[in-house]
Amino acid sequence: MKLESLYQEIILDHYRRPVGRGLRAPFDAEVHHVNPTCGDEISLRVRLSGSADDPVLDDISYEAQGCSISQAATSVMCEMLEGASVSQALERQAEFLSMMQGNPPDEETLGDAVAFAGVAQYPARIKCALLGWMALKDAAAQAVDHRTKENA
Amino acid sequence: MTLNVSSNDVALPIDVERIRADFPLLGRTVRGGQPLVYLDTAATSQKPFSVLDAEREFYEHHNAAVHRGAHQIAEEATDDYEAARRAVAAFVGGTFEEIVFTKNATEALNLVAYAMSNAATSGESAERFRIGPGDRIVVTEMEHHANLVPWQLLAQRTGAELAWLSLTDDGRLDLSDLEVVVNDRTKVVAFVHQSNILGTVNPVAPIVARAHAVGALTVLDACQSVPHQPVDLPSLNVDLAAFSGHKMLGPTGIGVLWGRRELLATMPPFISGGSMIELVTMAHTTFAAPPQRFEAGSPPVAQAVGLHAAVDYLQRIGMSTIAAHEHALTGYALDQLQQVPGVQIIGPSDTVDRGGAVSFTVEGIHPHDVGQVLDDRGIAVRVGHHCAWPVCRRLGVPATTRASFGIYNDYADVDALASGVRAAQAFFGGAS
Repeated sequence: MKLESLYQEIILDHYRRPVGRGLRAPFDAEVHHVNPTCGDEISLRVRLSGSADDPVLDDISYEAQGCSISQAATSVMCEMLEGASVSQALERQAEFLSMMQGNPPDEETLGDAVAFAGVAQYPARIKCALLGWMALKDAAAQAVDHRTKENA
Repeated sequence: MTLNVSSNDVALPIDVERIRADFPLLGRTVRGGQPLVYLDTAATSQKPFSVLDAEREFYEHHNAAVHRGAHQIAEEATDDYEAARRAVAAFVGGTFEEIVFTKNATEALNLVAYAMSNAATSGESAERFRIGPGDRIVVTEMEHHANLVPWQLLAQRTGAELAWLSLTDDGRLDLSDLEVVVNDRTKVVAFVHQSNILGTVNPVAPIVARAHAVGALTVLDACQSVPHQPVDLPSLNVDLAAFSGHKMLGPTGIGVLWGRRELLATMPPFISGGSMIELVTMAHTTFAAPPQRFEAGSPPVAQAVGLHAAVDYLQRIGMSTIAAHEHALTGYALDQLQQVPGVQIIGPSDTVDRGGAVSFTVEGIHPHDVGQVLDDRGIAVRVGHHCAWPVCRRLGVPATTRASFGIYNDYADVDALASGVRAAQAFFGGAS
């Protein structure tokens, strides 16, 4: 059975007990992303703090519905990126995306998220794993934009 | 006909083993050498050798541009193409001129929707198709996006309003307000014959009667009915109907619009270009008679030839036999799935007025994960909203798992499905 290679224990754990769930205020940007092929949805908010040059993700909060892969990937992402700078987060996002494209992951930087490496073998599930990460990338960009305009 | 088959003691009307030998794909293995259990025929059917051979034979011996060319093979290609039209017409009870080949059923439905907005600038003869502000378009909450979005866009283009018949909790059409929804400003009522997600077979007669009482056109999405039961479109009294080749053992790349001859005669064209003209000058064009008026550009000739072979194959088995076969499988599947704790059927839970698409949810497990476990066991189902997102929203589920049956399925396939669902429950045991 290949199932266990897709559904690593970390994935099932995060699916059962997701981290960071629930929309929180205040926030600097909120995005809503959907996966139109399967109907998975996420609303994700980010709150920034720190320097304008490289702000820190002070809070990532979300409400989502979807399969175990999309829910667990978002949960692992939240756990990993809480307190990271926006530039670090975008680097992780790029690494995660690269892993989904079948490239070998860097375990040092991706941590628990390497559990999703097996998803790359199932093309239909890649978008599930990316749902939260793409929402975060979008929200972070909007939040930075928002703060830049406010400070201008 | 047996109404509710709850055991597999009743022999299926079709000798499945013999049928499967005609379908090369069903002989392959998946996911590490397991036999394939194909339960996704509502998405697309598999193809018998005779369909594949017909396409190949056409390309090897008769391939030429149809309706032109002063040579022998052009005549042969044209004969093959038009013979397919005659076969498809006979299959649904229509006549030769009433069959328009399109690239798929979606295009057939768009053809009607665009013909209706084009009618505004098409002269008096197109009066019947005109629609504008204050007029109404009626659909149902059960539609595939292909029979919903084109009508939403027609409403936007013309200023007409969109209204719909809603669903009951058990996945049937609520016709209690039919006379209110289909009001006297209604110009078109478009509805699905058999739901691709719920399996529900809708009562055509009362809807058509009400539509015609107010002078509205009726458009039937017959994609899931024509491949699975005897359908005589003229006797259903609808005005236009669409179905697809690839869901009825035929090739992809071909769909069918059927329309009453007198209606097609005055319907404005949608896609324009070569093959659909009568006379062309630099400033002006007149159009060919139907069906050519609606077949601009190179038509799907090899696909039509394949579809002809598919129709022949279905008719050799007999559509009543096919319907009885799938009815028995559906009853057995409903029964087996409902015996699994935590499984809920989305759609009618009995076999009355119901086809062989069985959607369900499994408590605590997302359909995508159910589908993944089934796939791991070689069972192919569809998961998601099935291009009928409003149905999911109405019934309060984000998505479903759907098993759908064809002539090549048997009770053992249903057994594999039910044990696969139990395996998913075991795998995701603690998930909430």
